[in-house]
Amino acid sequence: MLEKRPQPSKMWSYATPLVAVIATMVFGGVLFALLGKNPVEAIGTIFWEPLFGEFAFYYRPQLLVKGAPLVLIAIGLSLGFRAGIWNIGAEGQYIMGAIFGAAAGLAFYPLEAWFIFPIMVMAGALGGWIWATIPAVLKVRFGTNEILVSLMLVYVAEQMLASVSLGLLKNPEGFGFPGSRNLQQYESAYNAELIAGSGMHWGVVTALIAVIFAYVLLNRHMLGFHIRLTGEAPRAARFAGVNPARLVLFCLGLSGALAGLAGMFEVSGPSGVVSIDFNVGYGFTAIIVAFLGRLHPVGILLAGGLMALTYIGGEIAQSQLGLPAAAIQVFQGMLLFFLLAFDLLTNYRIRAARSEVA
Amino acid sequence: MKFTTLLASAAMALGLATSAMAEDKTKVGFVYVGPVGDGGWTYEHDKGRLAVEEHFGDKVETVFVESVPEGPDAERVMTQMALDGADLIFTTSFGYMDPTINVAKKFPNVKFEHATGYKTADNVSVYSARFYEGRAVQGHIAGKMTESNIIGYIGSYPIPEVIRGINSAYLHAKAVNPDVEFKIVWAYTWFDPAKEADAATVLIEQGADVILQHTDSTAPQAAAQEAGNVVTFGQASDMSEYAPFPRVSSIIDNWAPYYIARTQAVMDGSWETVNTWDGIREGMVEIGEISDRVPADVKEEALAMKAAMAAGEYHPFTGPINKQDGSVWLAEGEVADDGTLAGMNFYVEGLEGEIPQ
Repeated sequence: MLEKRPQPSKMWSYATPLVAVIATMVFGGVLFALLGKNPVEAIGTIFWEPLFGEFAFYYRPQLLVKGAPLVLIAIGLSLGFRAGIWNIGAEGQYIMGAIFGAAAGLAFYPLEAWFIFPIMVMAGALGGWIWATIPAVLKVRFGTNEILVSLMLVYVAEQMLASVSLGLLKNPEGFGFPGSRNLQQYESAYNAELIAGSGMHWGVVTALIAVIFAYVLLNRHMLGFHIRLTGEAPRAARFAGVNPARLVLFCLGLSGALAGLAGMFEVSGPSGVVSIDFNVGYGFTAIIVAFLGRLHPVGILLAGGLMALTYIGGEIAQSQLGLPAAAIQVFQGMLLFFLLAFDLLTNYRIRAARSEVA
Repeated sequence: MKFTTLLASAAMALGLATSAMAEDKTKVGFVYVGPVGDGGWTYEHDKGRLAVEEHFGDKVETVFVESVPEGPDAERVMTQMALDGADLIFTTSFGYMDPTINVAKKFPNVKFEHATGYKTADNVSVYSARFYEGRAVQGHIAGKMTESNIIGYIGSYPIPEVIRGINSAYLHAKAVNPDVEFKIVWAYTWFDPAKEADAATVLIEQGADVILQHTDSTAPQAAAQEAGNVVTFGQASDMSEYAPFPRVSSIIDNWAPYYIARTQAVMDGSWETVNTWDGIREGMVEIGEISDRVPADVKEEALAMKAAMAAGEYHPFTGPINKQDGSVWLAEGEVADDGTLAGMNFYVEGLEGEIPQ
């Protein structure tokens, strides 16, 4: 029998992510066993191989590359989520950031100059900000639902991505094939690793700064207090003088700008090319990361790392053990499922049912 | 480039270690853009992989990763295969081009084969099939079979390979049916059953009674089956589960001979960079069985055209052919050169609409 706790349990709010991970391992292991694979070996490959395996020197930096955009986007989303402002369209903002950033850089091609990369960074943030501000303004002015508008704008952004890949940003030396010039081969625009082989590029640095910034904002700043208050007690927030319109514009705009930055750092670094299939779902996965991290900056950092680990370990398990890709996706899905399931324990407690005698 | 040398030396050290352990088993990796069960493009590549396993038995070990997004993820998957000791890696989608080149630079001793791209290196070959030859046969059958004179075409991306197919099909449909009209829908995906089904439905609603597809799933076949009297063709794979109707024929990509030959070359140490573009003649493109729903005389003509291409007597792009704007592309009897075909970015005369830019 479930009984509502008078206060959410502090202990469980920290413990659920851990319990969820363990439950995922157990049930994932059962799934892998049913597929005829050794479950211990499979789980071991996913979680151990990238960190401590033979080729960890390559996979560890890759964890940063894969995790950084997730963390950067999730940090932005978490601020809005805390205040009950639901930006579901980070994927679109990520795409627009990449388009704006790459376009700004390619506009200068083939000029080599120090100021090109900073301009690209600003353009990337601007692109994401614009794309997120559309649902924000519509919400504030006309009361539209930001979940729907931001989600629908993802599809618009995908069409624009296809359009610029085939037209505006198409590589003139690409024999008519879609896709832009490779920014990795344009030194002034290349978001290279800061230390070769470390995986550490400007996007990783920015993600870490964003974590610290979000932590300070939420704990030490009036605006952060307003965000938390709005989420926890909307009526009290109004009495405390919170301006809801301003909060919507701020939260959506900031999360859009961060998603845009993530897209810009990705296109100018690991990806290099604006192409039709540039986006691979970071914007949606970041929603999972934000919740897995309890909407807490440090939690998001850890959750981003964990998610990256399952991606990279999952690929290794596919090629070494022949696990199907779908099984890995189910495994990742389990993680969110168990997290939400065990979340129940934060707000409720289980008690042995006692039959009431009348 | 400290990291590069580090990776390369690690790979070499490992290469030595594993080859000693695995008794010279040749390890072949495959990177797939879709799931192996897509019933089309990736399915056929995986059949090629299985053929390699069957042909070489114990002498070879194959590994694959499916549904790999094009970009940094592909680069990581390839690196991981190379680190794990792969000797030869097939990367089977156009978008893997730059990642393949990047990884190939780090592993000079591993051979790479990239499908449908154009960038080669000392250890990177490219290979593709002349699918447009199959499109010519399809166009002929489609032109004969259509009653509404509207043929629907589901394009994936407006890239030269797809545009070539549209042009080839159109020219040969027009040759047997001057009233024929093509309606083209761009799906912007290689594999997305929902989008492909939508595209097919839209085309059917616009009156198309023949649908050609350049996407990889069987969803358009299912949509046609539901509509009842719409003709389709299998793409990349035979899709014979929809035969004899709506699927009346198909283009089959047969990669197995190429994969076996290239694996053999790595074993012999005779592997060299090549730019392969094979068609019906070499057996890389096959025409799936033409079903009985096609009138016997049409079937005969189609098979004759196939035989002519196999014998090297007929080229689907033989002049006179004008471009869409009316300017002359090929004069009477002139045959298109491979360079123009490889980068084809224009429609031929008679096609309506514009190539998305």
